[in-house]
Amino acid sequence: MHRKSVAELSKALNKKDISSCELTSVYLDRIQAHSELNAFITVDRERALKQAQEADARLKAGTGTALTGIPIAQKDIFCTDGMLTTCASRMLANFVAPYDATVIRKFGEAGSVLLGKTNMDEFAMGSSNETSFFGPVRNPWDRRCVPGGSSGGSAAAVAARLAVAATGTDTGGSIRQPAALTGITGLKPSYGRVSRYGMIAFASSLDQAGPMTRSAEDAALLLNVMAGFDPLDSTSVDRPVPDYASTLDRPLTGLRIGLPQEYFGEGLGTGVAVAIESALEEFRKLGAKILEVSLPNSSLAIPCYYVLAPAEASSNLARYDGVRYGYRAPEYEDLWEMYAKSRAQGFGAEVKRRIMIGTYALSAGYYDAYYLKAQKLRRLISSDFDRAFEVCDVIMGPAAPSTAFELGSKTDDPVAMYLSDIYTISVNLAGLPGMSIPAGFDSNGRPIGLQIIGKYFDEARLLNVAHKFQQATDWHLRVPEGF
Amino acid sequence: MALNRTDVERIAHLARLEVGEQELAAYAETLSRILGLIEQMNAIDTDGIAPMAHPLDAGLRLRADEVTERDQRERFQAIAPSAQAGLYLVPKVIE
Repeated sequence: MHRKSVAELSKALNKKDISSCELTSVYLDRIQAHSELNAFITVDRERALKQAQEADARLKAGTGTALTGIPIAQKDIFCTDGMLTTCASRMLANFVAPYDATVIRKFGEAGSVLLGKTNMDEFAMGSSNETSFFGPVRNPWDRRCVPGGSSGGSAAAVAARLAVAATGTDTGGSIRQPAALTGITGLKPSYGRVSRYGMIAFASSLDQAGPMTRSAEDAALLLNVMAGFDPLDSTSVDRPVPDYASTLDRPLTGLRIGLPQEYFGEGLGTGVAVAIESALEEFRKLGAKILEVSLPNSSLAIPCYYVLAPAEASSNLARYDGVRYGYRAPEYEDLWEMYAKSRAQGFGAEVKRRIMIGTYALSAGYYDAYYLKAQKLRRLISSDFDRAFEVCDVIMGPAAPSTAFELGSKTDDPVAMYLSDIYTISVNLAGLPGMSIPAGFDSNGRPIGLQIIGKYFDEARLLNVAHKFQQATDWHLRVPEGF
Repeated sequence: MALNRTDVERIAHLARLEVGEQELAAYAETLSRILGLIEQMNAIDTDGIAPMAHPLDAGLRLRADEVTERDQRERFQAIAPSAQAGLYLVPKVIE
């Protein structure tokens, strides 16, 4: 039962071949049996089974949706009413959210079952899931390796079939890079497509939530629920939401795929390059045309991002002061010490580094040299995409420069870790939708992800392109041994 | 730009983060390396380029000035580290 997709399970649930209670129990047992992956921070068995009962009643009454009764894992960045919401930080290790994020509310209204909250890098800052206060997540394909980050728990849970599907968030690659490293399908929608309300903020002009699933078809079903205007998010975009599942089967004849030469240079692993080339061959067979495009400012994306994201983070994380909620240091002399000690003890090393970089970039006398300069580069990076999309419909390339790396191999060198997101960050800076889909394995049997980048609000096309590829290949159906 | 220990102390103060004497050197070294990466930005001339704050260059929406929040003080204060009689408690600030 745990090998079936959202679409298949939805049919089975609606035909009463299985009940949501049975399905939910299967997954709860799997989570427990594979706790060594450390994919979850919180699992609430009782709450999940109660939701499953409600889903069964709804299915019996014939008022179910495509996601009613489907067990889903939520990244622990979404506030969940009455449930621990930690953002994988000591700062929020005791934080029981007093309200639901819009994403949580929408899944609840659709009748899906919340299996639990997944592990992640602390405050979504990291590319390996090693900055979590609750310990690293292991990659089910090779337990010596990281699953990528920051949505590493969601990625590992979907890859190991511990959840039918999951959610993630992506500020610089945090859905696509872990999706690539664990061989699953991950979609970061256009900025403004999914509400950020109740999603704990990291860098507000870049953060976006999206589905992490076994297939593009499943991603379409989840995005149908997640997408849409929300008055509670001031940057939410008021545009109609198409039915993403209805256009999956469109033929790809004549599709123009742009290949940015900058994504195939130095630093790209050989195994990854070979797999991407074979994937492109598959698209040629499906009738697509491949042409070269240029994104000349690509190399500036990482420096630009490491100004903007920490600057916004230093401002967003100023709220954690030990006064209204979250961690407060046990001992302090005065208010000043209470702030400084609570924050020093509540935040981990990477979060503190980014707060300091951001504080410096925004401090008096440095604003123009750092923040303003980075915002100007952001314009150049975004304009590169505009020009490329004048001649192509989608852009393709690798999602990550290498496959999954070993735990501990990059933790001493933040700059080396930052380079893991070299192909994903520019997409966030431009605000475009991007996907990673499974496209093969390297010689060590570690998964490789193909990145597909689209025009603004062209998620339907990305899902269509990914689905047609998945109809012609079976990379997305591969499951790690023992799962 | 390379940061020294005094710079780190100043930034930590602005960020309200306690940094121990023994951590200053390590912070100075790591933050300087990150700034080295960031300063690759200077390779490009950006004179006359309009800064981009929002991917779609959208402004913030306005809404009607209506009360939409309900009183949830007790619920919110139930998760506070220290609250009493409807107030959040912190160390004394005014003598």
